[in-house]
Amino acid sequence: MIRDLIRAGTLALGILAAPVAAEEPFIVVQSTTSTQNSGLLDYILPGFEAETGIDVRVVAVGTGQAIRNAINGDGDVLLVHSRPAEEQFVADGWGVERLDVMYNDFVLVGPKSDPAEVRGGEDILAALTAIADAQAPFASRGDDSGTHKAEMAHWAAADTDPTGASGTWYRETGSGMGATLNVASGMGAYTLTDRATWLSFGNRGELEILVEGDPRLFNQYGVILVNPEKHPDVRAAAAQRFIDWLTGPDGQGAIASYQLDGEQLFFPNAR
Amino acid sequence: MQGFASEFSSALALIVAGDPELWAIVLLSLQVSVFAVLISAVIGMPVGAALAVARFPGRRVLIVLMNALMGFPPVVVGLLVYLMLSRSGPLGVLELLYTPTAMIIAQVVLVTPIIAALTRQVVEMLAEEYSEQLRSLGVSRLASVPVLLWDARLALVTALLAGFGRAIAEVGAVIIVGGNINHVTRVMTTTIALETSKGNLALALALGAILIGIAIAVNAMVSTLSLRAEQEGLRHA
Repeated sequence: MIRDLIRAGTLALGILAAPVAAEEPFIVVQSTTSTQNSGLLDYILPGFEAETGIDVRVVAVGTGQAIRNAINGDGDVLLVHSRPAEEQFVADGWGVERLDVMYNDFVLVGPKSDPAEVRGGEDILAALTAIADAQAPFASRGDDSGTHKAEMAHWAAADTDPTGASGTWYRETGSGMGATLNVASGMGAYTLTDRATWLSFGNRGELEILVEGDPRLFNQYGVILVNPEKHPDVRAAAAQRFIDWLTGPDGQGAIASYQLDGEQLFFPNAR
Repeated sequence: MQGFASEFSSALALIVAGDPELWAIVLLSLQVSVFAVLISAVIGMPVGAALAVARFPGRRVLIVLMNALMGFPPVVVGLLVYLMLSRSGPLGVLELLYTPTAMIIAQVVLVTPIIAALTRQVVEMLAEEYSEQLRSLGVSRLASVPVLLWDARLALVTALLAGFGRAIAEVGAVIIVGGNINHVTRVMTTTIALETSKGNLALALALGAILIGIAIAVNAMVSTLSLRAEQEGLRHA
């Protein structure tokens, strides 16, 4: 028994000793699920890491949570997609400067049967109004993410408050984009999604794109250095190198060259 | 569903075939959970045994509290550990957030009550059984703790396995404090959550099958060990 315990203990210690690997310089990027689930970051980051030796650790959550984590100082860089919230973040002193990085667009997806008859429309407000009138199932993120903020802005512009119908035809999942698409796919609901997550999503079921091309569906991503004056532990030098790379020719080129099934997912537009 | 079944088996074949990324994730899961269970055992077993033999006011309340903590929601534990380890939190200077250590801490909080509560139960029964012997030998209640723990060692293996089961299967806490960072804090359960959110349901399910396989392997290994120990014990007796 004792011999076995010692043997098991040695084995366990051997396994446990491994994670204390040599520390290489790293930064923590608070970002959104869309940049990770679409595979973009996995595609572009190795280039930066090879060039600089800086390991980029990505925490992918909704924009709202990413901003709150950054306010707590739990990140060096913020890469999200809700311009008003980003500008507020900088105005409140939590971030140094907000820079455009890239854009894509939102699309309205829904079941092939299309009970609200919105297919082929290019007016997101008209489509949302039709869905509300038909009381057709709509899955909302409901999680204060960038996509959720965009969706709520469109409802407001359409003079409709769907939250009164929460729990009936309007379903707030309180989850990420992928989880919400799973819900929409499972119950045949409409939902608003960014195009990158949609293109990389593997469980579409009966869902398809029904409304796209409205200029209001523009989806801009921005990058911000978390303010070292607020959080002295921010790895500002390494983080600034990452931001310079991302908004410079190398990063912008990498973003432009990322394709899924022959389709470009993000369009670089740093100035 | 035909397509799903073939998708599932091809995903399973792919990852079993030795995808190095996957095996790194499996190894990290084991490292984190084994470490967490060992630490929980070091804390939980003496605490549980002491609660079993000691008599003091408020003991029942403590036992009820400890039993209730076995059902502590992992998300809440994750949130509490996040608030402690955040740069804005009291332990922020340690820079532990988004590291495997943070995940171990969260799992220790989840697993320690389980091990302590199960230990308390086992040791209390033994203490009653041996109470006269121990008293005739003049052993004080607290001094009997190591003896009782040693005598209960085989039953305590089950407590360790229960703790390991909770640790390895847990996702809510480790995804908050670990951040599910690729190559750093991504473990089996957070990978399954990620693949599910990508809509790669077959791959997620295949990963789930691997996780169950690991749990079975660990349980089989430990039960073989304790069976051998039991037989040895019988031979010596």
